[in-house]
Amino acid sequence: MTAFLEMTNVSKVFSAGIIRRQHTVAVDDVTMTIDEQSPSILAVAGESGSGKTTLARLLLGVIPPSSGEVIYRGQSVDDLSREQRRTYLREIQPIFQDPFESYNPFYKVDHVLTVPAKKFQLSESKQETTRLIEEALDMVGLQPAETLGRFPHQLSGGQRQRVMVARAMLLRPRLIVADEPVSMVDASLRATILESIRRMKQELGISVVYITHDLTTAYQIADNILVMYKGSVVEAGSVEQVIRDPKHPYTQLLVSSIPQPDPSVPWGAEGEIAGDPESMEVAATGCKFVDRCPAAFEPCRGQRPLLYHEHPSRAAACFQYDKSPALEGQNLDVVFEAQLTSQAVGGSVEPKAN
Amino acid sequence: MTVNDLRVYYDTPAGTVKAVDGVSFDLRPGERLGLVGESGSGKSTMALALMRMHKPPARIAGGEVLLDGVGDVMKLDDDALRRIRLDRLALVPQGAMNSLNPVMRVRDQLADGIRTHEPGDDRDALAARIRAQLARVGLDADVGGKFPHELSGGMKQRVAIAIGTSLSPSVIIADEPTSALDVVVQRQVMETLRSVQEEIGASVLIVGHDMGLMAQIADRMGVMYAGKLVELAPVHDLFTNPQHPYTRLLIESVPTLMAKRALASIPGVPPTLINVPPGCPFHPRCPSAFEPCDSEVPLPTAQNGRVVSCHLYPEEAA
Repeated sequence: MTAFLEMTNVSKVFSAGIIRRQHTVAVDDVTMTIDEQSPSILAVAGESGSGKTTLARLLLGVIPPSSGEVIYRGQSVDDLSREQRRTYLREIQPIFQDPFESYNPFYKVDHVLTVPAKKFQLSESKQETTRLIEEALDMVGLQPAETLGRFPHQLSGGQRQRVMVARAMLLRPRLIVADEPVSMVDASLRATILESIRRMKQELGISVVYITHDLTTAYQIADNILVMYKGSVVEAGSVEQVIRDPKHPYTQLLVSSIPQPDPSVPWGAEGEIAGDPESMEVAATGCKFVDRCPAAFEPCRGQRPLLYHEHPSRAAACFQYDKSPALEGQNLDVVFEAQLTSQAVGGSVEPKAN
Repeated sequence: MTVNDLRVYYDTPAGTVKAVDGVSFDLRPGERLGLVGESGSGKSTMALALMRMHKPPARIAGGEVLLDGVGDVMKLDDDALRRIRLDRLALVPQGAMNSLNPVMRVRDQLADGIRTHEPGDDRDALAARIRAQLARVGLDADVGGKFPHELSGGMKQRVAIAIGTSLSPSVIIADEPTSALDVVVQRQVMETLRSVQEEIGASVLIVGHDMGLMAQIADRMGVMYAGKLVELAPVHDLFTNPQHPYTRLLIESVPTLMAKRALASIPGVPPTLINVPPGCPFHPRCPSAFEPCDSEVPLPTAQNGRVVSCHLYPEEAA
């Protein structure tokens, strides 16, 4: 059986400068599979500059990988025929961060729904199109009568973002890549959008890659998580394992830095880590996190750590765990929980209920 | 600092927008007061208006801001206002990347304020002050020679804190000081703000939307909704026992790492401030709304060290 979407040893390097050419490894050797049979929500978490958005753009086919391959239904995305590429573009839908910039202010919001419907020939007739659009709006909790016919500025940020979720859903994709979909939406409305994303998985069987810097929302809606630091996957696995019991010192730092909405929970952990991640140079060899790591010891400077499989549903790229076997081919699939269940029971298991 | 019945309105062709509509509170010496609200609740407008830095079409429609030893900031003439800004009342702005001058070195931007307010330092003394100020916010002295674009977001925000606190003001207004930063850097910057504030003994008003951040940093916390302060309480009381239904729903809508649960949201959408519902502005979304809520505006009532504006809490010990 061919998988829906695979990344095999995908890297992306950006180069800049003419005289002193600088190379930035935005995504460093990622291997994983997104499966159609067992839809799941995968969170990709990291700070700015971690490469999480680049990973999203690679999945969407907006940029080609520098090395490795993105494989769609058994075929490299580079070699798709026109027809195949069309299906690929329909089956993987993006949702972007800024619900304002995604709209043309001169068109009514209907525009973002009718144009893709026409382009991908979703229906035979106009009535059919309208019905599909209303259905999609319903799904995200918007009243079609109150939404259609309005201009983007007449909707709130939360509503605009929900129209974008409806647009993605309208095309009956198999995968939605949502890049920070709620970071510009107010707290009281955030939940509605996250809830509609979760419903997509549960009711329509659509997988979701949820790109975020916010581990809290990732914990709430995702099944699995992949934590990135400077382009590399530092830890991956089920959200329960990775967020409740992080093993990589970087994940530990991220989790302890989240201010909890409870004054009695202390903020930050012992062993304060210095250094400003945004201005840190990445060490040429060894672990990328070594200069900020409180647990760094001598092997860390020598070579890059592999992802070690230290728990059935978690792997961490840290030499503290090198007694455990390295992930075979650095393939992340084995630590992701939905895949585990589906292999065990035979592929038709409902994703883990939250 | 004491704020009494402050009103800031925007005159727009479509009508008057009451961005801040009768807000009163006091900022105690040395305390950190957090002020949360969603976008459009008027929190940022108020932060700027406290320093009279609001821009037209916003205008002060009433109220007073009493600053110890200065009097009513709203009544000062331009010259007096210029003298107290930075010196007594300083702003740490939102998104320091856009508030620093891109073509001035950091040390010149720091020197600018010091020289204007406290002329008389010779070059060496000024340079020493700038170095000390940078050290205070955890920056190396060589940052002084850099331009803003050479700095990371966290460093720029530290520079903004260094400028805002350079004359040891008694009141610091921090408008979403870390909203553009990653969590790790956010914590570092917030710790910096806290340590500088404690060192100079200033009071700070932190405006933001992140409930988690406020829980960690504030002593007392106010919640704004549709231009009104609906609740003000010590931070611990506010989180353990919120009184106003909006506060309670807002706290419930914040996801935590403690437990997975169905994500709660507040039904409905915040009102546009041009067309605020009559009575309590929250009543169309409020699960506890009852008969007076849609006609009478609830007045703030004081109880046990907190203030709530809700008909559920009639004048107990007002």
